[in-house]
Amino acid sequence: MSEILDILLSANFWAASLRIATPLIFGVIGALICERAGVLNLGIEGIFTAGAMAGWMAVWLGAGLWGGVLVAALAGGFFGLIHAILTVPLGLSQHVSGIGVTLFATSLSYFTYRTALPDVSSPPRIEAFKPLDIPVLSDLPFIGPALFQQTSLTFLALALVLATAYVLYRTPLGLAIQAVGDNPSAVESQGLSVYGLRIGAVVAGSSIMALGGAFLTMSAFDAFFFGMVNGRGWICIALTVFASWRPGKALLGALLFGAFDAFQVRLQTEVGSFIPGQVFLMMPYLLSIAALVVVARRADYPRALLVPYFRGQR
Amino acid sequence: MIRFEPREPASLGRMIAVSVAAAVVALILASVPMLFAGLNVFEAYGLMVKGAFGSVFAFTEMLTRATPLILTGLAAAVAFRAKLWNIGAEGQLYAGALAAVAVGTGMVSGPSYVLIPLVVLAGALAGGLVMLGPTLLKTRLGVDEVVTTLLLNFVILLFVQMMLEGPMKDPMGMGWPQSEPILDGAALPKLMNRMRIHWGLVIALVSTLGVYFLLKRTVWGFEIRAVGENAAAAKHAGIPVTATFVRVGLLSGALAGLAGVGEVAGLKGYLTADLSPGFGYSGIVVAMLAGLSPIGVVFAALFIASIFVGADSMSRATGVSNYLADLIVAMALLCVLVSGLFLRFRVRFIGVPRSREAAE
Repeated sequence: MSEILDILLSANFWAASLRIATPLIFGVIGALICERAGVLNLGIEGIFTAGAMAGWMAVWLGAGLWGGVLVAALAGGFFGLIHAILTVPLGLSQHVSGIGVTLFATSLSYFTYRTALPDVSSPPRIEAFKPLDIPVLSDLPFIGPALFQQTSLTFLALALVLATAYVLYRTPLGLAIQAVGDNPSAVESQGLSVYGLRIGAVVAGSSIMALGGAFLTMSAFDAFFFGMVNGRGWICIALTVFASWRPGKALLGALLFGAFDAFQVRLQTEVGSFIPGQVFLMMPYLLSIAALVVVARRADYPRALLVPYFRGQR
Repeated sequence: MIRFEPREPASLGRMIAVSVAAAVVALILASVPMLFAGLNVFEAYGLMVKGAFGSVFAFTEMLTRATPLILTGLAAAVAFRAKLWNIGAEGQLYAGALAAVAVGTGMVSGPSYVLIPLVVLAGALAGGLVMLGPTLLKTRLGVDEVVTTLLLNFVILLFVQMMLEGPMKDPMGMGWPQSEPILDGAALPKLMNRMRIHWGLVIALVSTLGVYFLLKRTVWGFEIRAVGENAAAAKHAGIPVTATFVRVGLLSGALAGLAGVGEVAGLKGYLTADLSPGFGYSGIVVAMLAGLSPIGVVFAALFIASIFVGADSMSRATGVSNYLADLIVAMALLCVLVSGLFLRFRVRFIGVPRSREAAE
């Protein structure tokens, strides 16, 4: 018992929770924006990979860290645009298109990486984002190391949660995005473009997802590995349902998830000799399934999610 | 301005034309990354054709690669027909392989005509049971099966790794995480001497005919199609929707499980955690290219297999990454999705509609 308490009382544990949660925050916020507009984006897993690869490669080629972030966002937006065109004006299956985008973005990233670096045995490293040293805050006892010694991307993720909540609930654009995911013909009758809003939301959401991938190569690690996304995108899709499509709950869900993951890694070092490591590695996926089961009955899906809209058709 | 007008159900000829066109467009689009990689496109495609069809060995290798793809393609096709989104064929494949190894490495002993059916049955059962979970979660609790099947892929792969490093590890495996070899009497026989092609292909083709017959000629098949077209209407018409989903889930998972049986009991002989290079996901592309038709799945699987085998051979000759194959396959999926529009709609190009409206 005392080991568990020790874990929970260490600043290191809370810092790790926030660090693990960061890519998930980007992913859930991105998925939430797409789904609020009525489009399920299963391209997320591939968009994570593309963001991770593109961001890393831009930095490796000398674009600078924020240049890398921008390139990652643009790559995400590009794949988001493909998904948006297929599913919004063409009204094709969001499931199949999303899987297609994931396969396309993943294979294109791997192919590009292998073509640029045909024969490296160990992946080249970049100078990644460093934890910020914020005056006063970072030096606070316990709270400083727990919350304020993160990289800029973590703070960007938190800022994006606030910005998304503000735009979604407090601006006409946000209300239009919500409406387009619930009742697109009502939006059309207001003289707004359903296609424009949906395409815009999917592209913006996909750009944000890609930042989750960029965090992996530019903050969590300093290199790109094959298979490094490892289902994080799918976990975000589950967390979006768990969060009832609300930015605040999305943040909470991602943090809970991060805390659980950080906890099990530490627990593993305590009891690792009795239980195979794979049991712990399975936990995030099982936890995501459990989260879906818990909310399934009362999940309040955007009413027009998965429903294509054709102009002039009721 | 483009307008889509619904059209009559498509003829077989048009369906084939649309899939072939999608495949051709994907191959043309793939020339862009090929040029970036510094390849001569014609030469590279020449190498790929030679690598997949250039010799008896190449051709049998292509058929060997197509074997699991036919089965995972069927798994996706049958599920998608009912609009049950089983994206978990990869995990079900591993579950089937694991069960085949569990049964085939000495748990039971006996003559081949007992052992082989047992191994095959165990694999199919394991795959079906894995898919039963997400199916029941969907029908009982309304949990979206896309995400649960996707997540289970990771869980099952980790479970396989755990078994291979623990209770099922081969003590003679020099420390490698691999299972004991399948008994000779439990292995699927080879179809040709000195080639890797095995009886899994026969299982795949028989399964194809079985699924074709099921969908075309049986009440269950009719129910599957009815549920896929409109679950609410099917329910209203008295079709047991829940039972249909469960049957489809079991069948789809079992087919993917059989793919795992073939790979482990027909090809590799023992199980490792890198048994499948994504056959489960490629199966989705196979099914979509086939227009969800079981017979079409065979041809689509042959196409996808020749891309993979051809690209491997091209990659060895030129040094360009064989991720090119995955790229072509992914583009084929997106292309066939778009070209499907030409089946369901007559596409009309209309000039400047706005001004005409204004004039009227």
